[in-house]
Formats: sequence, C-alpha cells, structure tokens
Amino acid sequence: MTRDSHDVIVKTLARLLMPFMVVFALYVVMHGHHSPGGGFQGGVILAAGFVLLVISHGLEQTRKRMSEKVAEIISSIGVLIYGGIGVLCLILGGNYLDYGTLSKLLRVTPAEARSLGILGVEIGVALAVMAVMCTVFFAIFTAGESSQDDRSVK
Amino acid sequence: MKILSLMTVFLVGAALIYGTLDMPKWGDPQSPASTHVSPYYLNHSLEDTATPNVVTSVLADYRGYDTFGETVVIFTAGMACILLLKAGRKRRGNGHV
Amino acid sequence: MFEFIISHYNYWMYIGLMMVGFYAMMVKRNLVKKIIGMNIFQSAIILFYISTSVKKGASVPILEHAHEGHGAVAHAVDVMQYANPLPHVLMLTAIVVMVATMGVALAVAIMIYKRYHTLEEDEIIMAMKRG
Repeated sequence: MTRDSHDVIVKTLARLLMPFMVVFALYVVMHGHHSPGGGFQGGVILAAGFVLLVISHGLEQTRKRMSEKVAEIISSIGVLIYGGIGVLCLILGGNYLDYGTLSKLLRVTPAEARSLGILGVEIGVALAVMAVMCTVFFAIFTAGESSQDDRSVK
Repeated sequence: MKILSLMTVFLVGAALIYGTLDMPKWGDPQSPASTHVSPYYLNHSLEDTATPNVVTSVLADYRGYDTFGETVVIFTAGMACILLLKAGRKRRGNGHV
Repeated sequence: MFEFIISHYNYWMYIGLMMVGFYAMMVKRNLVKKIIGMNIFQSAIILFYISTSVKKGASVPILEHAHEGHGAVAHAVDVMQYANPLPHVLMLTAIVVMVATMGVALAVAIMIYKRYHTLEEDEIIMAMKRG
C-alpha cells in the first residue's frame, strides 16, 4: 500500500493535476472575501493534493515534499498565526482579535484593516487545516506498517 | 436487545417529530432564526469589515474567537492522532512497553 | 394539512437520517460501523442547520454591488434577499470538527484492532474479561 503505483496514467494525471489543485486552493483561500471560500475549504483542497500524491507516487516520494515532522510544525505555525494576530491587536490597544486596531500598523482605514486581518487569519486557518489533514492521513495510512504483536492480548 | 434499541429509536424519532410541529415553515423569511442577529450582520458587514462575503466576515471577525477555538480543536485532533499512532510505535521499537 | 406537510417534511427527512445514524451507533457490533453511524448522525444535524438558514427566493449571503472596490458607500441591504449567514458559519466549522473527530475515532479503532485483532464489540469485551 505504501509503495508507488506502477500505472503510468495515474502517475501522469496526478502530476498534471497537482499544480492546478494547489493554485485552486490558494485561489479559494485568497478569494474568500468575494466568493464562497475561505481558510477551511482551501486548506482541505491543499491537503487533498497531498493525499493524491501519496496515492499515486507512494509515501516515500511524498515524504520528500511533506514529511510528518514538517506537517506538525506547519500546523503549529497556523495556530500561532491566528493567535499571534489576536495578540498583536491586544498589543496595539484593542480587544483580542479586534482587527480594527491594525489600521495603525497598516496605515489604512479600520474597515480595510479588518479585511486584511480576516485574510491573515484565513491563511493561518488554511495552514493549520492542511497540516492537520496531512498528519491524520499519514498517521492512519502508516498505522499498519508497524508490527502488531507485542501489545496484543492473545 | 435489538427490539429495545429499535423501540428507543422510534420513541426518540417520534419525540423529535412532535417537536418539529412548532418549527417555522421551510424558507420562511420571518422565522426567529433569521430575524434576530443575522440582519445586523448583513447590514453592517460591508461598512465594518469591507468584506462582501458575510459568511467570511462573521466567521473570522464577528465570531473570530469561536473560530480560534475550532482551529485549536482540529490542532488537538491532529496531535491526538500522532500520540495514538506514532508515539506508541517508537516506544515499542525500543523494546519496553 | 397538505400545506403543513409540504412546509415541514424537510425536518422529518433529517430526523429519519438522524435515527438511522442513532440506530447504527446503538445496535451495530462493529466499531467502524458505529463510526459511520456517528458520521450519518452529524450529517443530519448539519443538514438541519442549513435548512433553517433558507429564505424563499434568497441567494447566497454575498453582498451584491460590493465589488466596485473596498470602502464603497454602504447602501441599504435588503435582508430578505440574502440567506441567513449564521448557520452557514456554524456548520462550516462543524464540518471540520466532524472530520477531526472521525480521524481520532479511526485512530482509536486502529489501536483497538492492534491490541485485540478484532473490531467486534462482544469479542473485545470477552477478551477484556479473560485478561
């Protein structure tokens, strides 16, 4: 299961689809202000790209691009971006996650500062969701690899 | 046992259907769910946040703290998966449980 | 009477779906089938919430005439023209939490399978009683 498939059609199609999936995911994240979309949806589409890569090219090839350790770090960074923007608002003299105070830093009107704050938060959510989906998929995918005897009852 | 469970299912279902008799009609614009806070969001989203997509502005601005909690929840779920499936394996590899 | 059924049968559909999931969670002996039942249950709740946001003749809650640029003059918004955004927001996060709970549940099921070599509930209970 963890080896790559030998089907040329599957491999070529996956290689062709992967960049389009990534670009579409970034579009969904960035265009969430004007159309249906946002951090959760874009992050899941990004993670779906990596799942496709695991299925077509095998785990070893995918680990070069997105290993478990990197996924753990990115998920922490995503939550940190979200919480960090909230703390930044706190430092600038507003309430927690009150993006209006970011206008002092970004030199725009408070409404536009809120728009940009939403964008930053969505990026954090997208990173966290993508990394967590990859982590869960890798963990369940590789669960059968290890020996399954020494902790069993029988 | 199976009969008992089936009876419970039908009882709960009947109680829930009894509860729907007082629910507003499908697609009713005057239902209590659509007249309480959502008009405020729809009216003020553009001037407050400059974001036409009201779902995004409610998700990340008006109820940002809620979404932060959700992000922490999925982060915790990912960590739980790692702890369940990865940490145990490493310890077993060293020989002691 | 007929009008009442027409305007309320969507709730009954969701209750039917929910009870299918509830039955699977209670009666099925296989743990993976229980997880599938939990997923059906959660899907029914999500459908119920989305159906409360519907307004007849309304479109998605994305404001029109707002694409001319940021900070455009805020004109009066006809609330009846847009669906209720609040249930959409709540269910957006609920879907992600549903996937997260399913991942953790499957991880726990894998651990149980590694230890007892079965996913049948009664066999697991018998093995637990033996040792």
